[in-house]
Amino acid sequence: MASTIRVRAVAGGDTTEVQSLIQHPMDSGFVKDAKGELIPPHYIKVVLFEHAGKTVFTAQWGPAVSKDPYLKFSFKGGQKGDDLTVSWVDNAGKSDSLVAKIM
Amino acid sequence: MGEAGEMMAGTTRRWLLKGALATSCALLGLVGSAARFGARAAADAVHWMEDAFKQKSEADAVKALYGKTAEASDKVKLEAPEIAENGAVVPISVTSALPKTTSIAILVLENPFTLAAAYTIADGTLPAVSNRLKMAKTSKVVALVEADGKLFSATKEVKVTVGGCGG
Repeated sequence: MASTIRVRAVAGGDTTEVQSLIQHPMDSGFVKDAKGELIPPHYIKVVLFEHAGKTVFTAQWGPAVSKDPYLKFSFKGGQKGDDLTVSWVDNAGKSDSLVAKIM
Repeated sequence: MGEAGEMMAGTTRRWLLKGALATSCALLGLVGSAARFGARAAADAVHWMEDAFKQKSEADAVKALYGKTAEASDKVKLEAPEIAENGAVVPISVTSALPKTTSIAILVLENPFTLAAAYTIADGTLPAVSNRLKMAKTSKVVALVEADGKLFSATKEVKVTVGGCGG
């Protein structure tokens, strides 16, 4: 199965720029479906980025984050070819993770 | 060697290729599942700030998040559109010029729940983040930055022409 996570990490100078896109409905719990019934809340709560055994960035999200969430940040260090691990957990207990190579 | 020899060589090569493919796939599978398991535990282990995400006012959200009040600062840069045509996807970026920035949070005051996102900035990570948020209607957006134990903020109003909460 294809991963829900797409990540692009590029090392340049002394920092690595990370952009990620996660496929997720991010249902807020306030939207009604075609039958007029509320779609229950379903959203990612935590996204973690790890490099060289260290957490470099943690996102905590509520239902106000857009569908298929996008994130961009940068961290110092990170060499071309290094692993960057991305993982998420949602309010339904579902999760996914991906190990990406820094470019 | 004649035709037969070439055929043999071709077959062997295909076999080798097949074998190599199968082996590397199996290896990838193993590595993938091991990494998957480890990473899953990692994200699971982070304590989600349920109390902060439940709050319905700026004061309550700030209190639940940081337990102190914020001071407006021009060192906190909040980038958001003046007018968001689609409230479902509003690009918002926050950058801090304050040393020792440890966290960045974004509040959308008119949303049903005030806190939209909170980010922990590790030592060595640049104090800047871009994301996309949903906005129910025109609202003030507040960026909070915790730096050196103190709390700072920047505010901007974003006009929403089509709300992001649908229904």
